[in-house]
Amino acid sequence: MIGSPDVVAFTKEDENGEANADPWALPDEFSVPLYSPANSNPWAKTSYAKFTKDFILISEFSEQVGPQPLLTIPDDPAVCGTFDLNYFSLRIMSVDYQASFVGHPPGSGYPRLSFVEDSRVVLGDSKEGAFAYVHHLTLYDLEARGFVRPFCMAYVSADERKIMMQFEELTHRFSQASECLKTGNRRAFAKELQRKLQDLEYTRFVLRKEEGLQREAAPPGIYSPHAVEKANELANVEKSIYEHRDLLRQISSYPSRPRRDPHAAPCHKCLTECLSEYEELLDKYGTLDDALKPAAGGRVPAGKLIKARSAKCFDKRLKTLSELCDETFYGATVGVLKETERFFSGDLCYQYSRRLDRALRRKQHVTNFLFEEDLGENSKDEGETAMPVCALNHAADLRLMRPPPIVLCSQPLELEALRILDPSDPASEISYSQESDLRPGRSRLESSPSDQTLESSEDTKCSFSSDRSAEGPMNGEHSLASARSEPADPDLIFDPDLTPDGEPNMDPERRSTSECTTAGEDEAENGGDETPVSPQEDSASREFREKGEGQGDSASLEVREEGEGHGDSASLEVREEGEGQGDSASLEVREEGEGQGDSASLEVREEGEGQGGGAEMEPESSLVQLDTACCMAQDDFLYEAAVPDGLHGSPPPTPPSAVINQEPQASLPLQGDYTVGSPRLEAPTAELGLLPPGTTEDSTSRGGVSDGSDCTMSVSAGSDRAGSPLCYGGGMTLRQRKKAGQGALKFVRQYPFAVQALWCLLSGRTLVVLGSEEGSVRRLVSALALFVPGPGRCGERVQAWLSCPFTLADLHRWKLIGLQRVASPLGSCMLHSLSRYSRYISVLDADQKTLRCPPYRGTLLANVADHRTSVRRGSTFSLHVRSTLGGLASKAFLLAFTHHLHLPVCPGEGPEAVEARRQGFLQDQLGLGPEDGQILLYLSRLVAQQYLRPSPGAATPSFTFNYTTSLLYKI
Amino acid sequence: MFRWILGGRDAQRGVEMNSVLRIGEEQPRNWFTELQVLKGHFDIVRFLVQIDDLRYASAGDDGLLLVWNIETGEKLQEMRGHSQQITAMVPLTRVSRDTTHTWLVSASSDRSLSLWDPDTGNRVQTISDLQSSVKCLLVLERLDVWVSGGAELCGWNIDFQLQCQRQNHSDTGITALVELPKNCIAAAMDKEIVIYRLTASTDLSLTLAEVRCLSDHQDNIRTLIPVNDGMFASGSHVGELILWDSVDWNILAYEHILWEESQADAPSEIRLGAGPKPCEMSIQHLTTDGTLILAAVGSGLYVYSVVTKTVVAYRRVAHDSNILHTMLLELMSCSEDGSVRMWEMQDLPLPAEAASAGFFGMWSFGRSRKPAEPPCRKTPEAPSIRILEPTGDLIGHSGAIQMFLSFGERGLVTCSTDHQMILWKNGERQSHLRSLALFNKLEASDGL
Repeated sequence: MIGSPDVVAFTKEDENGEANADPWALPDEFSVPLYSPANSNPWAKTSYAKFTKDFILISEFSEQVGPQPLLTIPDDPAVCGTFDLNYFSLRIMSVDYQASFVGHPPGSGYPRLSFVEDSRVVLGDSKEGAFAYVHHLTLYDLEARGFVRPFCMAYVSADERKIMMQFEELTHRFSQASECLKTGNRRAFAKELQRKLQDLEYTRFVLRKEEGLQREAAPPGIYSPHAVEKANELANVEKSIYEHRDLLRQISSYPSRPRRDPHAAPCHKCLTECLSEYEELLDKYGTLDDALKPAAGGRVPAGKLIKARSAKCFDKRLKTLSELCDETFYGATVGVLKETERFFSGDLCYQYSRRLDRALRRKQHVTNFLFEEDLGENSKDEGETAMPVCALNHAADLRLMRPPPIVLCSQPLELEALRILDPSDPASEISYSQESDLRPGRSRLESSPSDQTLESSEDTKCSFSSDRSAEGPMNGEHSLASARSEPADPDLIFDPDLTPDGEPNMDPERRSTSECTTAGEDEAENGGDETPVSPQEDSASREFREKGEGQGDSASLEVREEGEGHGDSASLEVREEGEGQGDSASLEVREEGEGQGDSASLEVREEGEGQGGGAEMEPESSLVQLDTACCMAQDDFLYEAAVPDGLHGSPPPTPPSAVINQEPQASLPLQGDYTVGSPRLEAPTAELGLLPPGTTEDSTSRGGVSDGSDCTMSVSAGSDRAGSPLCYGGGMTLRQRKKAGQGALKFVRQYPFAVQALWCLLSGRTLVVLGSEEGSVRRLVSALALFVPGPGRCGERVQAWLSCPFTLADLHRWKLIGLQRVASPLGSCMLHSLSRYSRYISVLDADQKTLRCPPYRGTLLANVADHRTSVRRGSTFSLHVRSTLGGLASKAFLLAFTHHLHLPVCPGEGPEAVEARRQGFLQDQLGLGPEDGQILLYLSRLVAQQYLRPSPGAATPSFTFNYTTSLLYKI
Repeated sequence: MFRWILGGRDAQRGVEMNSVLRIGEEQPRNWFTELQVLKGHFDIVRFLVQIDDLRYASAGDDGLLLVWNIETGEKLQEMRGHSQQITAMVPLTRVSRDTTHTWLVSASSDRSLSLWDPDTGNRVQTISDLQSSVKCLLVLERLDVWVSGGAELCGWNIDFQLQCQRQNHSDTGITALVELPKNCIAAAMDKEIVIYRLTASTDLSLTLAEVRCLSDHQDNIRTLIPVNDGMFASGSHVGELILWDSVDWNILAYEHILWEESQADAPSEIRLGAGPKPCEMSIQHLTTDGTLILAAVGSGLYVYSVVTKTVVAYRRVAHDSNILHTMLLELMSCSEDGSVRMWEMQDLPLPAEAASAGFFGMWSFGRSRKPAEPPCRKTPEAPSIRILEPTGDLIGHSGAIQMFLSFGERGLVTCSTDHQMILWKNGERQSHLRSLALFNKLEASDGL
């Protein structure tokens, strides 16, 4: 069954393959199903693998025992579970397509080292429910047969699509690891050769001496058998010396060899180092002259005598991987792989959402402050990280890693289409180099591995250089696609905004044609080697894991909450729980859902890299952003800009009468310095007594001690914020977000008036959570804090627990207040202030479960605050909320920066006309009712205020409200 | 004596309470939808003085004078110098050639007077070690003279040189000053109004001569205002409102607010209350536009027409406690209860006729004192008396609102005992201004 196409996959895909008719609908990976669909479970097919989470497997085809697993990352037996690593090693080692040729080529007297390039293959195993990206590489070992030891590194996942769609990224990372291993191995090999040569020379020296003695002892012309034997032995040794010298020369030529593997990512610094080392060795041992000279009077080579016949037997102990490579290189490789594992951990949906989220946020400097944590300084990020080419952290050799493109379609990555998408960016150029014989219809034949054109775009070209693996993953994907009979929907290759270097004006027509042709051509292909399998059944193990997550309410067994960092095991959860409080600034690492305490040094290093990389890539990325953001400056920018909005489900814009087609006055150049007024420059005022992010870990439980007794504290003093459990902005960790998400989810499910409460927060009305029990109030506040627009870098706009009466200034400063209900004169005073300022606030009574707030009849928030939602996990909900809020933020941006919605178009126009136009925009274009419009107006006001951020000494920002009646909602 | 006999308290309360409660949360005509809390003072803020279209100064018990920008809410200047609370502050405007420059004159309990330049924040002139602290200031622009009143009345020229001085013999000293025609000023002292005449002699020195003493008030005079060229008005602690002729200082009208004793059927505890306390009918503040006088009487508001010499509109209980400051241009009042309320004169609702007819039937008019010439008085017909209907209120301060200052459409500043000022603005206008600024900045910075 090895290597045979698995038919199950296709039938499975056929079942599921109903064509996606609506081009604006989100594909599965991006939409959070709020209700359980009756028929299908989108994640079911990935759920019956025997391992709990993705892992990296390193295997070797040992000449002694055959394929054997060497190492898994993470190195935790629980990860693999009952998964048969031996069997899987056999499988992955059996698809080695390295063009390795071992032995003596005809006409050459010496053994040749085969400089094989790595090969990459995706394979599936239906029986095990496992899919793997398999990266084969060859290491040299002087003692091994043919001097080569085949290894492979495999990324094993239960999700085929995850591998397929991130193939490029996987390729890059594994190439990097492989390169590191190989560099170390070449050095180790050279050293070994050197040692061997030394030994050989010593042996020769000894033999010569013996031979000389014998020759002198024996009568001339007569050779004793012993002498003959010695002479033969000497000849053998000398031959061996020649061979090894040749090997040394061969290995020395390795760094300067042209690489045929376009994915090879050699570190030039490493190579230079190696090269000089080799040259030194060559100088020492490469010359043959001393072989002719008698060693008398010369130096006596150091070394040990080696037997003429080295034992190539099975009892010989083969070198371990770490011995094969230099220890440093091995360690670095493992580091890279660990990071890779961490990087890819998590569901595809989660990864995509996160990446999409970041890609979007990076473009929205102006609105980021609204809901998002600050990308700010620690912009070390997957995707656009400038990864060090060399695992040994040769910082000088940074290179911009092109992030894997995010494709908003159920169609797998269409490289061809992408290539057309970004023709301007040479770094992102992608081209096939497919075997010509397999692709007769193709005009571009890049069959020859030594094709010189490859060198120009070596970096990121996606090609399959090894011969038989030509119908690699791509073809497999295409065949999958065609088998699924899903039409390649042009619009689903999502907009240039998201593919990082996309052209904004790329017209869909072009995309569609290019894509269709590609797909059509590829239909001829058949994924021969890659055997994707689609598991169907809902596996019990998955559900078990779900429950193991500790979710109290996971009564339903739907396995749909995949936004999590991974299908993470309970142990991971525990590890996360165990994370220290004052933990390091490397939030990003933690964010990836790993509590890898053992790689602290790695994290630190990553930090450094991230910084350097961020600095380096700055110009380019900003250029790209401009490109995509500038559409607003165009004449009919309204429509242009609305296109990306489709992401958020807004209907395709139709020109309503209220909207003018021509940009009034000057078309404002929105391009330009994108960093002007960037919110990240925000300097926290000293008055606020800001805490460094991360120091206020979630202290919900401890908080009671710290400020439960601060009844006497001054309201205006900033000190009471120290006890706030909430740390937003850059300081919010994944765990906090997850907890907040859980809390919010609970809130939404528990309170039927949640939508009103959220509306209050989003429309800028201060929400006071009133309760007598501190814990519940704090919980509510931290849950609701997700929805506070512009919470500030450290949650300045949120006051989790207040036990003294507040003033108007407090209402202004804090948008969400947890207030203690006390039965004392102080309490009545507080109630007095509550009723006094009732027009500015909404009061959520946590004890009586009531909400007093203006009525909300909008629909915008129904998607977020639906108590019937079937989302079960906090992090999923948190992502869902964030995507919704992100959509709101971009709409607010549009509203804030659209000239004619605020200012008259012609001199005679009064404010009424402008107001009417604005309302028309909100209602007709965005489809929002008056209350929903208030949200956007508030958000856009915040955006404007943020953009116009006055000088530090300026007055406090103003506080806007309106006079409306409030209703009392009861549970 | 013209009595404002306001009927039985309970009947009255019935009407009033309803209407007060009608200031709901929905206030469509209240356009103050944006506010800005201005902090800077450390004690009660008592005085607000407009400097020009954009700036105003605030002063209070902390002895600080702060200059603010009304548009942005920025604190422009902080003027320190007084060691004790500020008792009076007036703008001193001088037009020289084309330029108009405004200074601020402040008086403090530390018995000093200072002249400030609000542009630079410098103290230009200062006079300390006065015999007593100054309680009121009056600038006579015509004469380039200003007058300070306290235990003594002093005249100063524009260069802060004392020109003349007059000692008083009352205990409280001068509490209010009003400029009258013919270089006269009226000073309120206790229950009397003293008219002084300023005469500039040939050597440019000034002399102050007491011309007349009007002692018709029966209690302390709380407020003294000029109404128009022909008359000025004074209000006393017991609710007397007297209109005076500016030229010959005769009484034009004498009105006295008096509560009718509770009817027999009134609850006994109210009767035990023995009528209104003096503070309930104390005339706290008077404002006028020349034809109407708005009188803040206790916690009630009365609009009095100087033409018809009648009350044209009123609200007996306009606030929950004493009204401290009023404005007639847009009918507004602020009170110790910490709110600003906006009013509108409305005809009395007809459905309430049963109650109001009886109520108005109890109005009686009479005069106990003979005026110089009885003003032609029309008995006010019921329909001509209107009620003040609230159109909105501003709630924000946590203490009594001492004063407010309106900048028209630019906004309204209130100052309060809670050490804060609040700038109330029109949200729509502000958002328009923000948009303007935003697109200007966009243009200036050439894009985002």
